[in-house]
Amino acid sequence: MNKVLGEVVAWIDERYPISDFLKEHLSQYYAPKNFNFWYYFGALAMVVFANQLLTGIWLTMNYVPSAEQAFASVEYIMRDVNYGWLLRYMHSTGASFFFIVIYCHIFRGLLYGSYKKPRELVWLIGSSLFLLLMAEAFFGYLLPWGNMSFWGAQVITSLFGAVPFIGEWLVTFIRGDYNVSGVTLNRFFALHVVAVPLAIAGLVFMHILTLHNVGSNNPDGVDIKKHKDAQGKPLDGIAFHPYYTLKDLVALGVFFILFFSVVFFVPTVGGFFLEAPNFDPADALKTPEHIVPVWYMTPYYAILRAIPDKLMGVIAMFASVMLIFFMPWLDKSPVRSMRYRGPISRFMLVSFVISFFALGYLGVKEPTATRTLAARFFTVVYFAYFFLMPWYSRVDVTKTVPDRIRT
Amino acid sequence: MSMDDLQNSRRQFLTAATTVIGGVGLGLASVPFVGSWLPSARAVSAGAPVEVDLSKIEEGQRITIAWRGKPVFIINRSPQLLSSVAQSTELLRDPNSTSAKQPSYITGPLRSIHERFLIIIGVCTHLGCVPLYKPKTGSIESSWKGGFFCPCHGSKFDMAGRVYKGVPAPTNLEIPPHKYLTDTTLLIGAD
Repeated sequence: MNKVLGEVVAWIDERYPISDFLKEHLSQYYAPKNFNFWYYFGALAMVVFANQLLTGIWLTMNYVPSAEQAFASVEYIMRDVNYGWLLRYMHSTGASFFFIVIYCHIFRGLLYGSYKKPRELVWLIGSSLFLLLMAEAFFGYLLPWGNMSFWGAQVITSLFGAVPFIGEWLVTFIRGDYNVSGVTLNRFFALHVVAVPLAIAGLVFMHILTLHNVGSNNPDGVDIKKHKDAQGKPLDGIAFHPYYTLKDLVALGVFFILFFSVVFFVPTVGGFFLEAPNFDPADALKTPEHIVPVWYMTPYYAILRAIPDKLMGVIAMFASVMLIFFMPWLDKSPVRSMRYRGPISRFMLVSFVISFFALGYLGVKEPTATRTLAARFFTVVYFAYFFLMPWYSRVDVTKTVPDRIRT
Repeated sequence: MSMDDLQNSRRQFLTAATTVIGGVGLGLASVPFVGSWLPSARAVSAGAPVEVDLSKIEEGQRITIAWRGKPVFIINRSPQLLSSVAQSTELLRDPNSTSAKQPSYITGPLRSIHERFLIIIGVCTHLGCVPLYKPKTGSIESSWKGGFFCPCHGSKFDMAGRVYKGVPAPTNLEIPPHKYLTDTTLLIGAD
């Protein structure tokens, strides 16, 4: 058995060096030995992506992308298709968990300076992936053709109306109709199931290739490639496989317990993962009383609402997402990891995280005078993290980064 | 560190245990994905038994009923057509329907519960075309005694749906489960 397998591998290797490829990226890819909790989320993101692909393909088998039948076909999946309820809840829960995982993954990058030289390209590809993920979630949210789907798409496409001169034309162009309609649904379906997933898959591949070329960062922000043994293996590195593949497998087990607890017991999470108005079919003549995006979009939505000017609000909202692209150049600190940075940097990161949660909370709630004021305050805090970074990252005191990873 | 310290047998056990558990997990995870390809509740209810009124079928007439998306032929065989069944035995591949798909209560050369009414699935056992109903003698060839002729690849069946020798179809036409609710009401799809 092993002999046959060996011969098959040898046959392939002669034609394409698959063994070398696997060695380079798994058994001889040396990752720093001090990865902690935050380093699980890259692998978890890939698992969630696989879950979305697989359950998504299966949903497509019974979903009908038309204004007349979309809502009924989703109910058909939920009631009549064998395990349809499970596949759909795995997909909808997967969407929310995708964002939880990605937000943790991004936070890890901010915490340990993973965007700094030489990993700028990894970061840019990752930021693009984040944008694509938001687009993917937005397109997918219209597909059940519930009333919240409809009005969510209505509101978000209307945002483009704020663009000077061509705004109105742009909105009609995106919708393919004078209002969100079956035409919009069909193109969102094409983008959601083919175009965006294809782009994500390609970029994930590039994300990993570029990462493996420069090597992984670590909680100490130490460059492990500076100290190698006689064979050229980093002294502070361990092989990704089997050490981290197995470690990630344990994290995956814990993740699945949480994930399937939601899938099986609270798939709507009280209206957070699946919103109540979406159990009504789309109605172009009736907006739900309380319209909010799904939780993972609410921080940006709160920023949009906080600004009392249509165009400025839209600009601020897009800026709040786009700013992460500029991290490698905003951060002027000589050290990577927060472990060796001073109090200002730490304070700014903590207040950024607090403002993100606060904006997320405010985005869910109906706007009152106090809440709008609070949203404005946290919007300022949110942007201060980015715009003041060139200053505070330079002046902040830093500790000496050790030469090797501390044991 | 010596090789003994590596505890190789312990490692092998743990690797095997992990692989087995993981394999079982993957196997179970495939259940919803495989299961969802089976007919949905809607398809199952659409495939429910169908009731047919036999009193309006004239002698020699054939009606076609859709059951589970397949054509079911119901033929009121005239005495002449019934007698044609007895004549073809020599020329058939499986005159006793030993390898045919049919319910256990279908026996004998006429393959029916009530002698006159043939209830048969109109799907050729070769490649699934719908055979033509050709009751007239000599309508396919001069020796034709009446029966079914498949236009796709020329398979021939007699008036009991039994396949002739020397044609591509391997077995006799299939008989669906059916029962009589009254003398003239038939239920197709239930025993």
